[in-house]
Amino acid sequence: MADVKKIATRESYGNALKELGAAHEDVIVFDADLSNATKTNTFQKAYPDRHFNCGIAEGNMMAVAAGAASMGLVPFASSFAMFAAGRAFEQVRNSIGYPHLNVKIGATHGGISVGEDGASHQCCEDFALMRSIPGMVVMSPADDVETRAMVKAAYEYKGPVYMRFSRFGMDAVHDPDNYTFEIGKGEVLREGTDVAIIANGLLVPEAVKAGQMLAEEGISAMVIDMATVKPLDEELVLRAAKTCGKIVTAEEHSIIGGLGEAVCATVAESGIPCKVKRIGVNDEFGHSGPAAALLKQFGLSAEHIAKVVLPA
Amino acid sequence: MTANEKKQLQIAACKVRMGVVEGTHAAKAGHPGGSLSAADMFAYLYFKELNIDPADPKNPDRDRFVLSKGHTAPGLYAALANRGFFPVEDLKTLRQIGSYLQGHPNMNTVPGVDMSTGSLGQGISAACGMALAARHMGKTCRVYTLLGDGEIEEGEVWEALMFAHHYKLDNLCVIIDNNGLQIDGPVTEVMNSYPIPDKLVAFGFEVAEIDGHDFDQMEAVFAKAKETKGVPFAIVMHTTKGKGVSYMENQVGWHGKAPNDAEYEQAMGELNAQLAGLEAE
Repeated sequence: MADVKKIATRESYGNALKELGAAHEDVIVFDADLSNATKTNTFQKAYPDRHFNCGIAEGNMMAVAAGAASMGLVPFASSFAMFAAGRAFEQVRNSIGYPHLNVKIGATHGGISVGEDGASHQCCEDFALMRSIPGMVVMSPADDVETRAMVKAAYEYKGPVYMRFSRFGMDAVHDPDNYTFEIGKGEVLREGTDVAIIANGLLVPEAVKAGQMLAEEGISAMVIDMATVKPLDEELVLRAAKTCGKIVTAEEHSIIGGLGEAVCATVAESGIPCKVKRIGVNDEFGHSGPAAALLKQFGLSAEHIAKVVLPA
Repeated sequence: MTANEKKQLQIAACKVRMGVVEGTHAAKAGHPGGSLSAADMFAYLYFKELNIDPADPKNPDRDRFVLSKGHTAPGLYAALANRGFFPVEDLKTLRQIGSYLQGHPNMNTVPGVDMSTGSLGQGISAACGMALAARHMGKTCRVYTLLGDGEIEEGEVWEALMFAHHYKLDNLCVIIDNNGLQIDGPVTEVMNSYPIPDKLVAFGFEVAEIDGHDFDQMEAVFAKAKETKGVPFAIVMHTTKGKGVSYMENQVGWHGKAPNDAEYEQAMGELNAQLAGLEAE
């Protein structure tokens, strides 16, 4: 695998927007006074006449983006996940989702790895909120390579898309020279037969590590990067269920309403006998602390995944 | 405006009002009060002001209209139907299962509707996005949006007004239907949104007040709006809620209630008499 930089996916998002801007005149970007943090300022520096700051008014921003999309532009609207999916939920639902407008929401600072800012900014509910909107594509990439490909795919797709990026940089898992991305398709990073670990976002590199740790214990783990939470790659989930009979999901999101529940629903309705264990943030709020320490504390780590898989 | 032009607008407005009564009566639901207060504005916009073509409702260079007070869809639908976007007969399918005339405007089902609205406060934001995009794309089209005087209690409206001023959206025209009543009672009693013009001025708008039932004033104010450069334009139109149907006028109870059969007969009788009078002139 080629040498890949360990950078936060929000950084990759900013770079991907700049690349998109160079290729497509119809790409415009909205931000809500967080351009330096969401990294849309990377796009702004290159294309200042196509970057519009909406100030601290996320609800207005989402409906403004909807109006711009109705005119034929392809707006990317960015804020922190808490405000993009939380504060502006109803604008996203009614002004973007209901008319199925071509708005791409780039939400950064998802999950508890926001770190020191604490619970008020640690959004662990965004997958649940966005999944519930009919026709909304919901995705979260693991690393730089996947982020860049995802942002391009989101542009090519006609319709509303929610993408969640991270503040915190993790180890890369994808080879830039040998990578393709498709919305709604999971990716098997490691084949296995005893257990399937289905993860997304920051938990993907941890799932890969857990797979290696389990191999040392003689357990064959299939590791899947399920970057698209909706529409879920049900075919792959069911292959994992049939092959392994045991699934562990791992996400930096509440265990309520996210990837884990989507996998549970798919497996339960299939009739395939398969146990599913969800790893995520339990029904609780986060708190302040360094991101790496918080991820460990909340059990969002390779060690915890491996521990859950291994028989007590 | 010639006398004949004005008469044609009066006839159009009367037909819009009849469409409102037809639709809400057939649906046994809907919002006649605010549809009727804005009926003259709907008529003026769709029969005089807007650069639109019923035969080409998706023309990319058309003017846009966003009904931010989306619950008054019966008025918008009646204007669109009478302007030729779809059959007037279909107004009776309002709010029925299978009808494209949803309770609140749906841009993907109703020809001529430029934005799906209904959740108050969001339409004006979308209109801002349209105006910004139009200018960015080098289009000369204009964007109009109609809000209620109760709707402006939503915080998002003021976010949008700030945005319109900040980006100097002089291709945007914000119209506020000041009929003085909202669901729970007079605006001044439920949540006082006054003084509306002063607030709009403070937000950087060029502001005009008109009688919302006077076509001459509409003609003058829209001409002024087009001449205004560098700042967005707002029109506060003073109207009578329920205008044109005697027993609905200024009655808070007719915000969101449909006329029963007897009330329907009376309303249509009044409007038919008005129409006959106009056509006989």
